[in-house]
Amino acid sequence: MTRSKRRAGRRHPLATAALLALGLVFTGGAYAALSTGTVAQAEVDPNSQQTIEEGKKLFQANCATCHGLEAQGTDNGPSLIGVGAASVDFQVGTGRMPMQMQGPQAQQKPVQFTDEQVKQLAYYVASLGPGPEIPSDHLVNGGGDAANGAELFRINCAMCHNVAGAGGALTEGKFAPPLTDVSGVHIYEAMVTGPQNMPVFNDLNISPEDKRDVITYLKYVQDNRSPGGFELGSLGPVAEGLFIWIFGLGAIVAITVWITAKSN
Amino acid sequence: MSTAPSATAPQKRSFTAAASVYVNERTSVAGFVKELGRKAFPDHWSFLLGEVALFAFVVVLISGTFLTFFFQASMAEVHYDGSYVPLKGVEMSVAMASTLDISFDIRGGLFVRQMHHWGALLFVAAIGLHMLRIFFTGAFRKPRELNWVIGFILFILAMAEGFTGYSLPDDLLSGNGLRIIDGMVKGIPLIGTWTSFLLFGGEFPGTQIVGRLYTLHILLLPALVVALVALHLVFVVVHKHTQYAGPGKTQQNAVGPPILPIYAAKAGGFFFIVFGVLALIASMFTINPIWNYGPYDPSPVSAGTQPDWYIGFADGALRLIPPGWEFVWLDRTWSFNILVPLIVLGGFIVTVLIYPFIEAWVKGDKREHHIADRPRNAPTRTAIGAAGVTFYAGLWAAASSDILATHFWLTMEGVIHALQATVIIGPFIAYFITKRVCIALQKKDREIVLHGYESGRIVKLPGGEFIEVHQPLDEYERWRLVSFESYEPLMIRPNARGKITVGQRIRASFSRWFFEDRIAPVSKGELEAGHDGHH
Repeated sequence: MTRSKRRAGRRHPLATAALLALGLVFTGGAYAALSTGTVAQAEVDPNSQQTIEEGKKLFQANCATCHGLEAQGTDNGPSLIGVGAASVDFQVGTGRMPMQMQGPQAQQKPVQFTDEQVKQLAYYVASLGPGPEIPSDHLVNGGGDAANGAELFRINCAMCHNVAGAGGALTEGKFAPPLTDVSGVHIYEAMVTGPQNMPVFNDLNISPEDKRDVITYLKYVQDNRSPGGFELGSLGPVAEGLFIWIFGLGAIVAITVWITAKSN
Repeated sequence: MSTAPSATAPQKRSFTAAASVYVNERTSVAGFVKELGRKAFPDHWSFLLGEVALFAFVVVLISGTFLTFFFQASMAEVHYDGSYVPLKGVEMSVAMASTLDISFDIRGGLFVRQMHHWGALLFVAAIGLHMLRIFFTGAFRKPRELNWVIGFILFILAMAEGFTGYSLPDDLLSGNGLRIIDGMVKGIPLIGTWTSFLLFGGEFPGTQIVGRLYTLHILLLPALVVALVALHLVFVVVHKHTQYAGPGKTQQNAVGPPILPIYAAKAGGFFFIVFGVLALIASMFTINPIWNYGPYDPSPVSAGTQPDWYIGFADGALRLIPPGWEFVWLDRTWSFNILVPLIVLGGFIVTVLIYPFIEAWVKGDKREHHIADRPRNAPTRTAIGAAGVTFYAGLWAAASSDILATHFWLTMEGVIHALQATVIIGPFIAYFITKRVCIALQKKDREIVLHGYESGRIVKLPGGEFIEVHQPLDEYERWRLVSFESYEPLMIRPNARGKITVGQRIRASFSRWFFEDRIAPVSKGELEAGHDGHH
């Protein structure tokens, strides 16, 4: 009886397979939980002393040269007291900080830190003074009203970012970047913190729900390519004119040459 | 076209022959077909550019007719209720909503809409290239001056067609374009404001403009274009086509295959090729995605807002004006930031329009010209053309100053200043470089005619001297290189009353400007002397 019970237990011929399956489920599950956790910012505790300590270390090693050891600012960089977690999450999370070089505005480059490190930095800076927080998931997942978002986008954003989010020029070498592959979190953070040359759209100006709608619209444009075919960069008539002159008329001229070529 | 009596074999006549006879007996069209069918059409690829414009116009006409079945030119407000989600429930004009319906809810609508728009861009582009060909080969000279004027008016009409069409969907982009036109009209002193009110039926944007533009776009302008195209083609038939110099080609004949049967078949096939290219482009490339732009609302202006390419030069002219040219004087606002571009562009357009008459006057040339010039053989004209192209291109590029700035990592200010310099200094640089290049090419031609091509074959003479053997030209090639007209500056001569008029002096100075630097074609004597020296 005991023997058969044991046989049915860990000595069972399929026990190894079951154990393997269990192990895989756990590792996979943990990985899934972790990776969704980084998106939902669940696993870095914003209030733990450890997070803030880690963030401070990272800050002093990577940011203090310009922003000062206590984030008080220097001649080369502004004070970060009160800029909030959202600002750091945007600037560092999109690769704009640490900054490539001083210039009209910070360029995007590959992100230098892991998600965890970005969050630690963000919460350290947030601990220095109150400021905009990293938005919660329901505001940035694109579940709002795209039509309202599109209208708000045209009125508030399109003059710099172009109606299709293709980006545009500003004065003196500054520019509004394309929004064609920016995540919802970063779009939201940009609106509340006004990075580089962007104005701040605070919650009185555009409510959090309206911001969600704007993100919904941009997600729609990102996910649904143009029904008319290739978009030519969504740049409007300049790209269209260039295309018809070079490829349209170019092809036609090649054909005229072919038609009038003397047969050998 | 057999009109032979049917007595020989009445019952064996084919259907085609029977039908031809039937038609001819009732219309007497045979003579016309015979005359037209035997018209020679010189063969050169650049002679087909006008045809491209015509074919593109036909495509635009056909696709446009389809669009009129579904487009509603009304500015009444509706809430959009079509398939495009990000505009659902948004308030817009019926014009915009019906354009969206064409794009999303009518089978084949988006394809036809895109073909119409791409076709329009190609239409104007082909006209542009065609005009450049005519200009640089001097094909506008007597007797074709009037046809140049007609063609140029067609170019202006095509731009007007394009602009009215661009404004019809009542989307954000078209509204912004109209607002710029409105601003330009209002910038004209005294009559500007009233003209704008007249156009828009009151304050911009009003509720009238789309309907009015629609009438222009589908009725008045196309009728004018069709009429002038017909006239243009009649003149082409009447004048014969120009041809490039070559053996057997004279001012009195036109050498080339007759229109019927091969040329007509080629041209007919070419129409379908142009149609096909446009269909291919329309099916693969988005144009004017009005669903992105949304309905017109006077407050938003998108980054990257530009007119279609052919209006770009006017937009660019506005962008290049430095700040501060608008001021208040005598209690009125004087918008020189708008007036100066209007005057400069007006002057440019009129100059191009009347250029054939200017050149004829300077030359004092009353002869007919049916042989097209090689551009190098008219250095001053070619240089003037290059200057004009540079001026236009600078303005044109300025319309995309913001796109240039972002895509080439430049500053807006830098781009604008560089283009201001291009528009003002560029034409002079282009003029001098082109003129020198033309003269250098003429010198090279002269060398080749006199001494032949360098063959690369080095021969050692008995005396130990090395020479390179030059390969002489054949007669056909030589003909092409020597048969061009050379003008000399006009001499100032007193007129019948023994007076030298101011007009004479001006004309003489222009003539000196045109023809002071020139390379004469190789004369027969020189040719013989050159050959004597060699053999």
